[in-house]
Amino acid sequence: MSQSNPTQTSLQIGPLLRDHGGVVALIVILAFNILFTPNFLQLQTLFVNISQVATIAIVAMGMTLVIATGGIDLSVGAVMALAGALAPLIFQSQFGVDYPALGIAAALVVPLLVAGACGMFNGVMVAVLNVQPIIATLILFISGRGIAQVLTNGNLQTFSNKSFSYLGTGKVLGLPFQGWLALAIAVILFLVISRTIFGRYVLAIGGNERAARLAGGPVTKVKIGVYMICAGLAGLAGLIVVAINSASDAARNGNLMELDAIAAAVVGGALLQGGRAPIFGAILGAVIIQLVKYTLLANGVEDEVALIAKAGIILAAVYVQQTRKE
Amino acid sequence: MLNSDAFDLRKYVSRNSQSVAVWIALFALIAFGLLRYDNFGGAYNVSSFLNYNSMFIVISMGMCFVIITGGIDLSVGSVAAFTSVVAAYLSPYGLEVALPLAVLVGVAFGALNAFCIIVLRIPPFIATLATMLGAKGGALVISGASTIAVDWGSNFTRMGMEKVFNLFPWSIVIVAIVGVFLWIILETTSLGRTILAIGGGEDASTLMGLKVNRAKALVYLISGGCAGLAGVILASGFGAGQPLEGIAWELSAIASVVVGGTLLTGGLGSIPATVAGALLLGLVFNILNFENGRGTISFSAYWQMVIRGGFLFAVILFQSRMTKGRKAKGATA
Repeated sequence: MSQSNPTQTSLQIGPLLRDHGGVVALIVILAFNILFTPNFLQLQTLFVNISQVATIAIVAMGMTLVIATGGIDLSVGAVMALAGALAPLIFQSQFGVDYPALGIAAALVVPLLVAGACGMFNGVMVAVLNVQPIIATLILFISGRGIAQVLTNGNLQTFSNKSFSYLGTGKVLGLPFQGWLALAIAVILFLVISRTIFGRYVLAIGGNERAARLAGGPVTKVKIGVYMICAGLAGLAGLIVVAINSASDAARNGNLMELDAIAAAVVGGALLQGGRAPIFGAILGAVIIQLVKYTLLANGVEDEVALIAKAGIILAAVYVQQTRKE
Repeated sequence: MLNSDAFDLRKYVSRNSQSVAVWIALFALIAFGLLRYDNFGGAYNVSSFLNYNSMFIVISMGMCFVIITGGIDLSVGSVAAFTSVVAAYLSPYGLEVALPLAVLVGVAFGALNAFCIIVLRIPPFIATLATMLGAKGGALVISGASTIAVDWGSNFTRMGMEKVFNLFPWSIVIVAIVGVFLWIILETTSLGRTILAIGGGEDASTLMGLKVNRAKALVYLISGGCAGLAGVILASGFGAGQPLEGIAWELSAIASVVVGGTLLTGGLGSIPATVAGALLLGLVFNILNFENGRGTISFSAYWQMVIRGGFLFAVILFQSRMTKGRKAKGATA
């Protein structure tokens, strides 16, 4: 520290990218947008991006927990569709119309319980029956959206319900409600991971499942719990998407969300082998994914090219991780 | 095998319980279909069933190779969509140009996967996920996000339209030849042994001096080539390159491989059983369609997805009980 030599004072790009790649990427994207994207520094842009990023971030945080145990959850998009299809069915039913307050409460609670049940199904498949996570969650990936479409006959359900729409359009302190919600979830999950025994076991299972089991840890319960949290958060995201649109489309709600969520988790620093649960990293990853989408869209780049860019981001993020490990 | 005196049917069945079960289920479903529906065994149903499912059979076979090594290839559907567009563009030059070049494009995507996985050491799940997104984007870019009609004047569409013995479309004939070829590679060559050994234990295989990286690379090239062929079949069978097709094909392929009894943990797998798995999954739909046609049930397309998932669930339950039994036996022996 006392002696400063010239190579140390100059910016070393390699290690900087390796350790703070996500932040560097975010700064680069922001700088680019400020310079080139018209009307980027407007409140409207901020609102649009926050309301879009919140759903990705909420799902990505759940995904991060699952990935931390060495698993993966492909069913999040389907669970979003299922939860999103249930809510309007409930508050537009006779019961929901007769008792609006109870109807809204049920429209929030029941879909989340159903989503949690989906997570329990995934968790039992993975933790009890020892089915590989990709395959176990593939079942609901395929049939979950089908169930949602069967429930709604494949119809678009439109509604106008102010109190339910608050979930997606409400504002607190001038910023979208779901942004605050995502932040609150992040703080809770961060505390759960860093301060609770449950969190310790999540990381321990990802680090070395056999060791965690031999140490007498409740591995099965923790794994089931992680899949339930992930599915529950996906369900919440599904409700938010429905609230934003004031419509539920089971065919589109959460479509390809598993890819965005995995990408956000990985960009945020989650290791696919497990053992790490960077919750705020997942939010950073979600912000980067959303901003890249927005940047390309706002600059007239076609959606197709955006896909290729997303592929590049995922590869770059994992490659940087890989070099850090070695 | 039957003439060898060491052959013990009971032992064979117990060792290959799942692939035997798949074949039994397959024949049972065919018998059921033949007895219940008039046109089930008709030339139209058989040839259109085989033409459509030849795409899934071929990508499932490639997927089987990848999964045996303990890897996964999520890019097959997008690669097939990409090569279907390539094949459609090349169709005026005839099948003899379009087919090999489109397959080569598929192999090139496989090479990209192999490079990311082996050289950059990116996990297969992520590497092929990225290729999936990239190929999907690429297919939309080169096609301008619309279907590309093939040239009906050349011999290109013969592959999907013309039938051998009025029953077997050229697509399934070509896929069958590829299948036999892949089967021989897996069962009889040293490459096949290496591939199986990698799935059994990659580090051990490396220490044994097997050419692990070469075999792993080849597996992804094979899978890419199979996806390329599926793309050609897609374009020729439907008369257009389809950049938006191929969604969730990788999942169908994985399901077929799993139904065929290949363990996702690698080290075990069979091409014929994978083909049986793909046929079984296809047949379930074919029969559902016939039931719909009879009006006994009226399943919407949405129910089909639910049933597809339920079917996969049943197979996985069956498989997890089987492997548990196998493991328990191994422990006591």
